[in-house]
Amino acid sequence: MANEGSILTAADLAGNGVHGDDPDARGKFGIFGGRYVPEALIPALDEVAAVYAEARNDARFLREFDHLLRTYAGRPTTLTDVPRFGEQAGGARIVLKREDLTHTGAHKINNVLGQALLTKRLGKKRVIAETGAGQHGVATATAAALLGLECVIYMGAVDCERQALNVARMKLLGAEVVPVTNGSQTLKDAINEAFRDWVTNVDTTHYLFGTVAGPHPFPEIVRDFARIIGVEARRQILELTGALPTAVCAAVGGGSNAIGIFHAFLGDQDVQLHGYEAGGHGLASGEHALTLTSGSVGVLHGSRTYVLQDDEGQTIESHSISAGLDYPGVGPEHAWLKDSGRATYHGVTDDQAMAAFSLLARTEGIIPAIESSHALAGALELGRELGPEATILVNLSGRGDKDMGTAMKYFNL
Amino acid sequence: MTTLQTVFAKAKADNRAALIGYLPAGFPSKEGAVSAAAALVEAGCDVIEIGLPYSDPLMDGPTIQDAVHRSLTNGTRIADVLRTVEGVAATGAATLVMTYWNPIDRYGADRFARDLASAGGAGTITPDLTPEESQPWRDASADAGIDTVFLVAPSSTEERIEAVAACCTGFVYAASLMGVTGARETVNVAAEDLVKRTRAHTDLPVCVGLGVGTGAQAAQVAAYADGVIVGSAFIRRILDAPDEAAGRASIGELARSMAEGVRTRA
Repeated sequence: MANEGSILTAADLAGNGVHGDDPDARGKFGIFGGRYVPEALIPALDEVAAVYAEARNDARFLREFDHLLRTYAGRPTTLTDVPRFGEQAGGARIVLKREDLTHTGAHKINNVLGQALLTKRLGKKRVIAETGAGQHGVATATAAALLGLECVIYMGAVDCERQALNVARMKLLGAEVVPVTNGSQTLKDAINEAFRDWVTNVDTTHYLFGTVAGPHPFPEIVRDFARIIGVEARRQILELTGALPTAVCAAVGGGSNAIGIFHAFLGDQDVQLHGYEAGGHGLASGEHALTLTSGSVGVLHGSRTYVLQDDEGQTIESHSISAGLDYPGVGPEHAWLKDSGRATYHGVTDDQAMAAFSLLARTEGIIPAIESSHALAGALELGRELGPEATILVNLSGRGDKDMGTAMKYFNL
Repeated sequence: MTTLQTVFAKAKADNRAALIGYLPAGFPSKEGAVSAAAALVEAGCDVIEIGLPYSDPLMDGPTIQDAVHRSLTNGTRIADVLRTVEGVAATGAATLVMTYWNPIDRYGADRFARDLASAGGAGTITPDLTPEESQPWRDASADAGIDTVFLVAPSSTEERIEAVAACCTGFVYAASLMGVTGARETVNVAAEDLVKRTRAHTDLPVCVGLGVGTGAQAAQVAAYADGVIVGSAFIRRILDAPDEAAGRASIGELARSMAEGVRTRA
């Protein structure tokens, strides 16, 4: 199946007629989403939305995207059974979707290739992006190099220090990396700074947004370019096991890898969907990124969604050992899936994630990203709950090479 | 309470533009904000915008970000913002709150509108609240009897200008350029065109902000706009001053030169 025709078809992007499809005309998923941005950006958002609406139905665009996904990103990515890991999950059958095997080592490549093609279609020559861990920055720099686009990456100064290797990678790929020194100097401040650049340079520049958050149409576009993960995984798990999985697990920061794998299963009402947020040092410590599980509804970065905020609407800084999940907001479609009950969200602490990180390395010879390790930790617990008859599909959204500095410190290696 | 309608009627009668000054609450200190605003009013500002400090000010440049960060670090809360409004309104200037949407959303739209009106506030400017999402706030503001000001930008299409202007009461805020707040060497020529385009859709006063930093620039803008909005240039002077008294003197001097500018209209 995976080798027949296009991996991704217009039908795949057109929605499957079930809960969780396209937002309404105002960019709303229920009460979530929309646009809360300076008026100056509205024409640019309208333009992106209009050009994308054409592109998603244009066979030539989809062929081009498909070609890059196959020949450059390395799709389709395989599924891997991990029985030795599964022994620790109550004997449940754990199957990994191997996004870690894509070029640049994480699911982020899917979105950036799609949006880089969209940038060309918009007639723009410059892309800007925010990055936390550096993964989206590296992916964006990669796509920009491939398609000959000028590239500027905004990254919190604190993150630049934590992820020096990724800063070097971006520079090597020809991107300019701008350390952001205001606010908490992390991902949320990098997003603020990228918006400031965009409003100033919107004529020449596309903001290549990295997750399913932000103002409409970003939650929809980023989701659609990540949907290939679930489209492939659903076909593959049916081939591999002859049935749909009992549950699908994914880590949730902004939420792009999770929405990417969830989406193909939304209509399969018997398939449980579980998202795992970064619990940091635990809810009680106040140092976490438990946006969906402990936050409240508000507006952040142009979108109505769950937010970590105080009683007066000031954003509270998040914490996670994984920079990719260290974000005080979350995509509006996840907020909707949570409130509708279609997906369930949980917290996984730094320690639980690092235990799963180590366990997968030792039992299966796969070093996962710490982000993805949150989903693995969730699957361990879920497997014990569901028992040995269960099949749990886990989105292994990225590989852990970038996390070796953190791992060396954490495990005293 | 002095209303925006009173201010613009008076300015029109005097054949001049109105001068509008911005300062964040809690900056340079909780008390210092009121006396700084009073210095602006004494020097000739007709309207004061009190900024409600927010953790993620994505349309502000480095100067306002710096001031807002200091204010939040000083522990400024919404109660302080309302107290500041009360103090400034007592000077006789029409007093607005400029704020990103989330703090009002969290506080409760109806409650914020009522509390602002009680404090003597004349209305709000909400730069990230689009017409599509503005209905609850316009309803709450109408009930409380305060004005709602929204922004148009050089990139706005005719349809957008029409939609934004239809949501405004008091005046329409025309952002002079594509970019963030901050004083610039010159005021963008796009501003004049935007004011002209906006007038085609509304009878409300149209005021220009972003990038105005000198008396001469104020005079230029006053030649075609009903009001001139100045923020970062005042804040820069307060930041550069050795103490609050020196800061007040310095912004008073700049405001006087701008007040002259809005009367020259050249």
